[in-house]
Amino acid sequence: MPKSLFEKVWDAHAVRTLANGQTQLLIGTHLIHEVTSPQAFGMMRDLGLKVAMPHRTFATVDHIVPTDQVAEPYRDPLAQAMMDELRKSCREFGITFFDRATGKQGIVHIVGPEQGITQPGTTIACGDSHTSTHGAFGAVAFGIGTTQIRDVLATQTMALGKLKVRRIDVTGRLRPGVYAKDVILHIIRTLGVNGGTGFAYEYGGEVFDRFTMEERMTVCNMSIEGGARAGYVNPDETTFAYLKGRPYSPKDAAWNEAVARWKSFASDAGCHYDDVVTINGADIAPTVTWGINPGQGISIVEAVPDPATAKGVDEKSSIEEALAYMKLKPGAPIKGTKIDVAFIGSCTNGRLSDFQEVARFVKGRKVAAGVKAIAVPGSQIVAAQCEKLGLDKILSEAGFEWRAAGCSMCLAMNPDKLVGDQLCASSSNRNFKGRQGSPTGRTLLMSPLMVAAAAVTGAVADAREVFAVN
Amino acid sequence: MALEKITSITGRAVCVPGNDIDTDRIIPARYLKCITFDSLGEGLFYDVRKNADGTDKPHPLNEARFKGATILLSGANFGCGSSREHAPQAIQKYGFKAVVAEGFAEIFFGNCTTLGIPCAAASREDIARIAAAVEKNPATEVVIDVVKQEIRFAGQTVKATVREAARDALVNGRWDPIGELLDGVPAVKTTAAKLPYVTV
Ligand code: SF4
Repeated sequence: MPKSLFEKVWDAHAVRTLANGQTQLLIGTHLIHEVTSPQAFGMMRDLGLKVAMPHRTFATVDHIVPTDQVAEPYRDPLAQAMMDELRKSCREFGITFFDRATGKQGIVHIVGPEQGITQPGTTIACGDSHTSTHGAFGAVAFGIGTTQIRDVLATQTMALGKLKVRRIDVTGRLRPGVYAKDVILHIIRTLGVNGGTGFAYEYGGEVFDRFTMEERMTVCNMSIEGGARAGYVNPDETTFAYLKGRPYSPKDAAWNEAVARWKSFASDAGCHYDDVVTINGADIAPTVTWGINPGQGISIVEAVPDPATAKGVDEKSSIEEALAYMKLKPGAPIKGTKIDVAFIGSCTNGRLSDFQEVARFVKGRKVAAGVKAIAVPGSQIVAAQCEKLGLDKILSEAGFEWRAAGCSMCLAMNPDKLVGDQLCASSSNRNFKGRQGSPTGRTLLMSPLMVAAAAVTGAVADAREVFAVN
Repeated sequence: MALEKITSITGRAVCVPGNDIDTDRIIPARYLKCITFDSLGEGLFYDVRKNADGTDKPHPLNEARFKGATILLSGANFGCGSSREHAPQAIQKYGFKAVVAEGFAEIFFGNCTTLGIPCAAASREDIARIAAAVEKNPATEVVIDVVKQEIRFAGQTVKATVREAARDALVNGRWDPIGELLDGVPAVKTTAAKLPYVTV
């Protein structure tokens, strides 16, 4: 019987069926960070439990680290306490910690792939909803809560019900100036923020076949914003080429065996999908959110919706609520909306290719007066790669502040925050009320190049026009 | 570990209306700077409940007549967004024992179940009926019957769905799976032995 990658990985990792019908699933790789794990370690100590597989558990710090200060102690004593707590737990339980002193620290979803820890045909869990990022490698990766972190620490397994699989094909070619970020914003806009409930999304089609690993990660990252519990792309030569030679990748004879095994996990032709959706790549335009969830997006040439034209009361009230919060006028073009802050970074778009693309176009341009622009590499390795290529200089000369690696203004658990009702053009993944650190702060999600276009013009703009992309 | 069998929750209810109430709204990110969950209750819905100076905004949870409610009513796709268990923890620490909504985001639902918080799905009309009864008389006793999958209040009974795996876990006192997972550890070794990347 032909099987999907999801089913194959699930079957290979299923330990047994639990009394309530869920599966005890082996989690081969457990990633942890400072925000959601301290309480889990506390529970472990309370119950007198040991970490089952410390060699399959990897830690880093990302959410709370200041991006303008590397030396400790941090100005915020709570941030320092969380840092200390993670260090202590890693030492106590024998867990590898990519601390800042290692030069390998960064956002957990950037570090895993970069180190070659994220591999095809594996299961991954992390106490962070954007764990779906790792699916780009053909891994089945779940965001989990803290009690589940405890479960994985203690048993290297967790209890889970099997998911359905929706295949999403993006066919043809993307138009110039359209990026992976636009693809996922378009998918979420089309299928809805809870359209993926109960599903793992399998992404494929010509557009994904051509995508680099970084582009695949951008899409898989935001699967959760469409309600899907996981998202993945079948492993192929692009995947293997990326992994070759990484610190945790198999070496020598083990490499060929691993590649053969990885290939065997790809979905079989003719396997069953619970649902199939096809999107024409040429129909996707640069996309911007105007509202307070990632599904409230429009193409750059469209107008902000008018509640008067809403289909049904639900849509009407959600548009009204979003417009009131965002202080946007119904029916007005999104293009030309003045911005206060431009943020390039996050686990969605904080990788080398994101900064390369931005630097290529902002070279010789200047950030508009009155706009605060920050560029935050997703990891210390990304930072070093950018600096080696001089991208930091190009961005600094254009008026971006070049920062140290971390989550930064994606959720502002560190000093990088919006102030008051500032409007931020952001390459991150969530535009919820208050997400970027100010209870009245406003976020517009878009691709890094669209953020750059907004930064240099001072208003939401079509990057294709601003930078003559064609 | 013997866990309580959660067959029903009885208490007063309060309605926080709205669809797509996300976890950032339930507990703003700055409250995640903690190494225990103990004091999360005070951050529940903070930014919609309080002004910057700490004074109250109009919000159902700020109304004296709803104080002490243990059942939270809301709209569709409740708990969407982040996987942070801080959200259900804040709900529980604040004093809620059950949540009734039109639907729940998946990770949130799982996190709640693991903490022994039943998440019951009911229709919009039925939730509006409960909310209306509570609005009329905040002392109305509301019963979430997890076994029969129904909600009883003010002489009325409406249907409430608790997904099967969660319902089973709650009513049989195995909502925290750790005991069962630990029992499975010998079998884990067998599965792991077949996965080269795990054993290296
Ligand atoms: S960059 Fe943002 S979404 Fe990604 S892990 Fe950090 S806070 Fe979460």
